[in-house]
Amino acid sequence: MKMEEQPEKPRREDVCPSKKGALDLDAARDRLAEAQGPEYWRSLEELAGSPDFQEMLHREFPKGASEWLDSVSRRGFLKLMGASLAMAGMSACTKQPLEPIVPYVKQPEEVVPGRPMFFATAFTLGGYASPVLVESHLYRPTKIEGNDQHPASLGGTDIFSQASILGMYDPDRSQTVTYLGEIRSWGSLVEALRAPLNIQKGLQGAGIRILTPTVSSPTLADQLQSFLKANPQAKWHVYEPVNRDNVLEGAKLAFGQPVETRYDFSKADVILSLDADFLYAGYPGFTRYARDFAKRRNPEAGEMSRLYVAESTPSSTGAKADHRLPVRAVEIESFVRALDMMLGDDTDRSMVRAEQQKFLDAVLADLKSHRGSSAVIAGDHQPGVVHAFVHRINQTLGNLGKTVFYTDPVDANPINQAESLKDLVADMRGGKVDILIILGGNPAYDAPADFGFADALKNTSIPLRVHLGLYQNETAELCQWHVNQAHYLEAWGDGRAYDGTVSIVQPLIAPLYEGKSACELVSMLSGQADTGGHEIVQAYWKKQHPGADFDEFWRKSLHDGWIEGTTFAAKQVANKNASFPATSRADDKAIEINFRRDPSIYDGQFSNNGWLQELPKPMNKLTWDNPVLMGPAMAERMGIKTEDLVELELNGKKVTAPVWIQVGHPDNSVTVFLGYGRRRAGRVGTGAGFDIYVLRTSATPWFTSGVVIRKVGGTYKLASTQGYQTMETPTGARPLVRTASIEEYRKEPDFAREEEPPKELTLYKPYPYAAGPYAWGMTVDMNACVGCNNCVVACQSENNIAVVGKEQTVLGRHMHWIRIDSYYQGDRDNPKAYFQPVPCQQCENAPCEVVCPVGATVHSSEGLNDMVYNRCVGTRYCSDNCPYKVRRFNFLLFQDWETSQFKMMRNPDVTVRSRGVMEKCTYCVQRINEHRIDAEREDRKIRDGELQTACQQSCPANAIVFGNINDPESKVSKLKAQGRNYGLLADLNTRPRTTYLADIRNPNPELEAEHS
Amino acid sequence: MDEPIETRAPVIEPGYTLGSVTDKISSIVLTRPTSNAWFVGFGLMFLLTMMLLFAMGYLFVKGVGIWGVTIPIGWGFAIVNFVWWIGIGHAGTLISAILLLLRQSWRNSINRFAEAMTLFAVACAGIFPAIHVGRPWVAYWLFPYPNTMNVWPQFRSPLVWDVFAVSTYATISALFWFIGLIPDLATLRDRSEERWKKIIYGMLAMGWRGSARHWHRYETAYLLLAGLATPLVLSVHTVVSFDFAVGIVPGWHTTIFPPYFVAGAIYSGFAMVLMLAIPIRKIYKLEDFITERHLQNSAKVMLATGLIVAYGYGIEAFMGWYSGNRYDAFLLWNRLHGPYSFFYYMLLICNLGIPQVLWISKLRSSPLWLFLVSLVVLVGMWLERFIIVVVSLHRDFLTSSWGMYYPTRWDWMTYIGTIGMFLAAMFLFVRILPMISIFEMRTLLPEAEVKE
Repeated sequence: MKMEEQPEKPRREDVCPSKKGALDLDAARDRLAEAQGPEYWRSLEELAGSPDFQEMLHREFPKGASEWLDSVSRRGFLKLMGASLAMAGMSACTKQPLEPIVPYVKQPEEVVPGRPMFFATAFTLGGYASPVLVESHLYRPTKIEGNDQHPASLGGTDIFSQASILGMYDPDRSQTVTYLGEIRSWGSLVEALRAPLNIQKGLQGAGIRILTPTVSSPTLADQLQSFLKANPQAKWHVYEPVNRDNVLEGAKLAFGQPVETRYDFSKADVILSLDADFLYAGYPGFTRYARDFAKRRNPEAGEMSRLYVAESTPSSTGAKADHRLPVRAVEIESFVRALDMMLGDDTDRSMVRAEQQKFLDAVLADLKSHRGSSAVIAGDHQPGVVHAFVHRINQTLGNLGKTVFYTDPVDANPINQAESLKDLVADMRGGKVDILIILGGNPAYDAPADFGFADALKNTSIPLRVHLGLYQNETAELCQWHVNQAHYLEAWGDGRAYDGTVSIVQPLIAPLYEGKSACELVSMLSGQADTGGHEIVQAYWKKQHPGADFDEFWRKSLHDGWIEGTTFAAKQVANKNASFPATSRADDKAIEINFRRDPSIYDGQFSNNGWLQELPKPMNKLTWDNPVLMGPAMAERMGIKTEDLVELELNGKKVTAPVWIQVGHPDNSVTVFLGYGRRRAGRVGTGAGFDIYVLRTSATPWFTSGVVIRKVGGTYKLASTQGYQTMETPTGARPLVRTASIEEYRKEPDFAREEEPPKELTLYKPYPYAAGPYAWGMTVDMNACVGCNNCVVACQSENNIAVVGKEQTVLGRHMHWIRIDSYYQGDRDNPKAYFQPVPCQQCENAPCEVVCPVGATVHSSEGLNDMVYNRCVGTRYCSDNCPYKVRRFNFLLFQDWETSQFKMMRNPDVTVRSRGVMEKCTYCVQRINEHRIDAEREDRKIRDGELQTACQQSCPANAIVFGNINDPESKVSKLKAQGRNYGLLADLNTRPRTTYLADIRNPNPELEAEHS
Repeated sequence: MDEPIETRAPVIEPGYTLGSVTDKISSIVLTRPTSNAWFVGFGLMFLLTMMLLFAMGYLFVKGVGIWGVTIPIGWGFAIVNFVWWIGIGHAGTLISAILLLLRQSWRNSINRFAEAMTLFAVACAGIFPAIHVGRPWVAYWLFPYPNTMNVWPQFRSPLVWDVFAVSTYATISALFWFIGLIPDLATLRDRSEERWKKIIYGMLAMGWRGSARHWHRYETAYLLLAGLATPLVLSVHTVVSFDFAVGIVPGWHTTIFPPYFVAGAIYSGFAMVLMLAIPIRKIYKLEDFITERHLQNSAKVMLATGLIVAYGYGIEAFMGWYSGNRYDAFLLWNRLHGPYSFFYYMLLICNLGIPQVLWISKLRSSPLWLFLVSLVVLVGMWLERFIIVVVSLHRDFLTSSWGMYYPTRWDWMTYIGTIGMFLAAMFLFVRILPMISIFEMRTLLPEAEVKE
């Protein structure tokens, strides 16, 4: 046997190397500070591997350095010591904003890694701010929640604010200032504008035009007004495609001045919606309206309200209606005119079609008997004269000051936006524009087709065109300068909610790509290029709130999420009571085309947001495309089937798109949606769907007749996430959504519980759940659910759920842990529609648990069906055996492992699943655990309402209630005790912990006789 | 109506001696030159096997998503093929074990290749559960092995029972087949000319000398194995049927499945036996050994099991109406009128309609007819598993979850690939091993003076 050689003694030089090549941490920090975003991450890795770093380790950790000579452990050593970079402060997951931001109340004294902090800010859409609380992990925003103290929302959010977090981390966002496509810096833009701006000064700004979307931000408005004062000949134009020009016109017709109309649906016994989809995101005030409306739909809490909806395309508001009238958009005017006249005791209803008269009579009678407790609301897109009528009707009914309120406009510059853009294009073509600043928006894509904005931008050789935007979109392409915009989560600003309340927008993270906000760019135009957003906003509010207590005021406003005293007070406005001559009756034969904001994409600004692209639209569950919606009768006449391609021709322009036959759609009318067919949206949005803007003109932006539809042959696959939208089968109806009228409910409160097996019916020894401290359960109130899809996006955000793309969605492999099933019932031309959110039912007798061969799905003592990802082999037996099909499988690697921005966005408390494992709703077990730990530390139980699942927290209508069913006083226990509480497919004896409260409608007995 | 005994075809044609029987069978392996047709056939099947490996490789790299499975149809071709192959294997075991215990001497000429068929079928079947999981690299977790995670499989799951059933089945079949081969391997060892053949056959023959003691022990072992294998014929496919019967899916959750599946297994198994036997006896001129009697008997077994299967269909349909259960009623409606109804009607024609020609005695003796009917039965049995797996899953309780299953090219490549693998193995088998049991054929001769 060989003698073992003595291991060579480490030489002194190896263990204690010289100072040469020592790591200069400061220099390294500077180098890192220059790097941004993903480069930042790469730099750290490079830093860890550099010889300088290794040298540094030697000197700092000589003991560990002796392992250094053994190559096997060297790598492990380096990994371990990579952590020292973190301790040297170089690798904080992100950079804290330099200005002091004020966290919300849930923040403990210091930042504790693993514990999130919450900051209040606001998300703005269409000029209206929605208050939000943003959950931040180590100064990385990861989830949007509602701010339940804020008067404008009382805690609800909508899909656009929930999905905005993905927008911030979108890897396709523009990351630098560019000039003709080449990277430049902010400084070079300032330099380039210096001379032209000086010249303009001499001309009093005659060649300067600023185009913005709707602005409600007091700070930005003030800045722009000051700029206009300093440059009196400059002009500020406002345009966005989904605007409220018609509302403005209606207010002018009625009152001679712009006013904002606000509703209090909690006081309304009868609501008439004339084509107003106010129970869906995108309608200003929706979150509050949904909450108030839902409160009045509770049959246990006083008199139930009644909702009448006359609409031109099926919407979720129409789905909630007790009575719905499908009517073409052009006929709403006659309808409201007749209503107005008959409220004045005129009995002529001839302008309304015969089949609509019964509805009209019933509505009239109901409104008359509820003076002061009714509300009539008209859709934003209805022409101004309809709004004017509605103002008068509300006045006649005495609703003003009770359910309908008028305030100052939220829009800081309430002008007719179509006119504004028209003037701008005229100036552009007339060579009057020298400097064009486009502060956000995408007019080259979404301006009215007849304006030819893109053409004007490209071909009229405006010397200087600057675009500020989140993306290098179609407009940026036509501008020389593009400035990358800071997302609202990265920037300082402010905004007004629908009720006027101002929220300060505070950033949660320093701009990922050193973007600039609109305020900062306008400040640069005014000559202060170096002023940061914080300074600008604070300066404005110092002016509004002079006094020694400004700091306290500032901190409170940031902490609460709104500024005290800024809510608009209701004001009295006198109705001019003008008369409006009747327009000619629409041609019954001509086909009407309706342009609508898309339920997921809105107007195209969210095209690159994968969550929204894959979000199923409430009425037809389509994703990734915008179809042409057509009613079944019309489709039958024309011999068109779903997915057939048709060509729409309007005003000489043509678009080819697939048809989706939509039950309940008015006859002789089609609906198309905006926001698709983009060319430069990013990897997600480019090429998805069909560009409808080419058909949309400024004269008739919302609906018109005269569209010609022809079949062009061929089909186009549409990705719907729901199999069938009916509960009827050829062998009988399935009682999935249980529904009754309020009369039936009063007569038979337990009607929903038939077929439920008795509790004793089990072969197995029942587990004593009641003995434990917690037994988690959930109720979903289908009365309150308005189908707004918020829970779906919130769950996706909270649980790191992947987007799978159109091809996979067509196959049925979408990954949403909660889905909203929408079912139609009855007459296909005007069916009843119901929404049923379906998360994992957490069955006590779970069929999935029995069949998993490796025990990857097990039951917890608190009643949760736990999914163990790392044990799952992926046989999919559990999904086969789940009758609710709530289990989603990672058939391929759906998660994006590569994009570094998403690594920052993901919720660190939830595993990111790889391919081959099953996943499903967990009742947000990460939140349950977090609260349980907190409660245990404080030696108490979790309080009811303290712990909210993501879906519950996001629901504006409070439809989802989660809590401890072992506590008889908890909200969920009380709801489960209600008669209308039932389990879905309860006859299978699965014993689901998630139960549903049956849908109760409040039909008008007179109308009921006709529609059963 | 059976023929009178005197005019029934013999189990072995007269005129053979112990020597000539051995010569005839062993010469196929030892002296008959490998024909070009064999090379072409084997080559083609080998290519299909390569296609299988390619499809499997791509599956491991990309994931199960390359197949047509989705939610709600989580199981597709893979499980259909798994059940199809396992079912086919049952005939071999029935012939080898049950017919042995029932002293049916006509089994002697077909049991060797039937058992080989079983082995290869089980091998093909066993591929699918391993590769169809989302994470095949941890598929071994279904096995109960002591591990540092301190976790056992979840024993209430039928998939774990499958693990036991199929592995038991594979083990017993392999053992039974190999033990059965030993005397014949010794024969080949003794008759081989080349030394290398002697060595290989010799090693495989494990020192068989044919002594009285050897034979005595051998007979006992053989009977024991037959006794062990007999219950497997019933239990394995029963356990496989539990994969479905234990589930709550309408169309799966029915107690008729165990006998229905077992009968169906034997049905398809005999069809495959016939599809192998008929070309083999023609090509290798073994009509004297695999006689008309074998064809007749196999056909009768097929007919009988086919009628049991027909009963199964009938009772399912009856229960769809009689139960009053809205989901079961819809199941029947959907099979008859839904998007896959074409396949259901094809199923009824293939499994119930066409095989009824087997009532005609003349057709039972016709190799061509039997071959065609067997092919139809195999297709029909595949369709049956497709209807059970896919059509039940695609429309179950919640109408919102209804979906469609469309197999992809990878599904087809994997399936055709396993057929290629099976036939490649059969080609190899007939080339290098005695496809008929030599020593058992010898017992059929009058000069063997076998005492019952």
